[in-house]
Amino acid sequence: MNDDDARALIRTVLGEVAPEADLDSVGADETIQEALDLDSIDFLNFVGGLHDRTGLEIPERDYPELATVDGCIRYLVAGVGAG
Amino acid sequence: MPSLGADMDAGTVTTWLVKPGDAVHRGDIVAIVETEKSTMEVEIFEAGVVEELVVPEGERVPVGAVLARIGAPGAAPAPAPAPAEAPAAAEAPAAAAPAPTPVPAAVPTQVPAAGKPARRPAARRDRVPAGTVVSPVVRHLAERLGVDVHRVAGTGAGGTVTRADVEQAAQGHRAAPAGVAPAPAQATARAARRPARVPATVGGAGPAARLSPSATGVRSSPLARRVAEETGLEIAAVAGSGPGGAVTARDVAAAPAEHAPAAAAAEPAPSDATARQMAMRRAIGALMARSKREIPHYYLSTTIDMGRASAWLEETNATRPPADRLVASVLQVKATALAVASVPEMNGFMVDDRFEPSADVHVGMAISLRTGGVIAPAIHHADRLSVDELMAALRDLVTRTRKGVVRTSEMSDPTITVTNLGDLGVDSVFGVIYPPQVALVGFGRVVERPVAVEGLVGVRPCVTATLSGDHRASDGHRGGRFLAAIDHLLQRPEEL
Repeated sequence: MNDDDARALIRTVLGEVAPEADLDSVGADETIQEALDLDSIDFLNFVGGLHDRTGLEIPERDYPELATVDGCIRYLVAGVGAG
Repeated sequence: MPSLGADMDAGTVTTWLVKPGDAVHRGDIVAIVETEKSTMEVEIFEAGVVEELVVPEGERVPVGAVLARIGAPGAAPAPAPAPAEAPAAAEAPAAAAPAPTPVPAAVPTQVPAAGKPARRPAARRDRVPAGTVVSPVVRHLAERLGVDVHRVAGTGAGGTVTRADVEQAAQGHRAAPAGVAPAPAQATARAARRPARVPATVGGAGPAARLSPSATGVRSSPLARRVAEETGLEIAAVAGSGPGGAVTARDVAAAPAEHAPAAAAAEPAPSDATARQMAMRRAIGALMARSKREIPHYYLSTTIDMGRASAWLEETNATRPPADRLVASVLQVKATALAVASVPEMNGFMVDDRFEPSADVHVGMAISLRTGGVIAPAIHHADRLSVDELMAALRDLVTRTRKGVVRTSEMSDPTITVTNLGDLGVDSVFGVIYPPQVALVGFGRVVERPVAVEGLVGVRPCVTATLSGDHRASDGHRGGRFLAAIDHLLQRPEEL
């Protein structure tokens, strides 16, 4: 998975969790949850969607790494492996 | 047949809302016309008396055909075409299906003779006779209370609708907090529709026979029904201003909030999004204004140590895949639902200025919609669900609510509401009670705070829990007990 794959995956999953959300509107220094107004259940669904598609466990302690879009991409690429 | 668009060459009269002999006024909706693309209400240009309906219902005629003849005083019969209101996208499915959900305890007087079929919307028989006897004062009162005087059976001299009649009818409105009222029996609906002479006991429904805000047999236009569906309004609860009390799209848009069960109860149609948002804002405004007007709120707040709850959650979630994980608000909701057992005055409804506790605990969850607005459907029997079941129910409810597929029962009977604004980063929220409920519990963000524990200062995750209580049902002392009970329960998360 490369950065583009990861971004596409994030977009897909977010589209399911919050259809109105626009990933492109999230600034580099913003957290996804705040920028897109996701509550804890939305975020859990987001994590669940990433888990379902990648098989990554994504334990709660890793949530902070998923806070920003860039963080998410890094996490996914590192977890799935750049292949 | 008016041309309702450049591409329209014919239309079908689906419904006449007037009959020969009816007096009509400029702007009245007189007929419903359907084209390939849409359904529209046809307004009339001029005042007069309907002499003849030329085109029968169901007949398709070309643009320009005479639909009806209106006799103006001293004038020759004239065709009565008129521009329609905003074109509609499609005819709504039959609106306001019989709502089988009685509001528990809230409307004892309104429970109709059960089991009889409700009448179809836009039924054309049993028209409301024009000219119900109503004094201006009473009419004004009715307008203020959102009661359609044409649907109130008068008990005054000569069938006059009195102040008391209107007030009683208004209470019928109020008793159905979210607009989901029991579908009245046919006889009840008919009785209510015949304003002047019908005794209140028709249909065996007692006082209920006088009320018809909940009558599903209400006359309404397809456009009105569609707007009602999209805004989640119970059309039967809307006071109609059209001919014979027919509900028009304008009435629906102007309807007060208490009739909005699920203000986003339809799949979003982009072209209607703005109108829907406006309708929802109005609905929320009206309901909250009513709450602030009628409910003597008191407010309490307490800080709850979430250390144990957070640790328990962390431990529990560590071994679970994301789909099975829990969030803190589920524990808060469960604790609230259980705490009701020790302070029952928080759970139930105000009915006629008297508090009626509810044996069941249906927790309304204030859920914000991303397009704006908030609605608070219920998780039924939240006190009896396990934490896992409650989590599943909450996820399901949030998902469905945001898709606009809330069930009427969920809107009709929350007995207490919980709002959690913690995810938005606020520390505390002092909510406005949803009438006719009597309490609303708010949770803010879970934050780490310095706390003194057994003589030592430690850093603990804490949450500010608030209570908005109704002074008619309880006072601050009992409210304090309630918050303390919630706190207590959250200290033993494994037992929730």
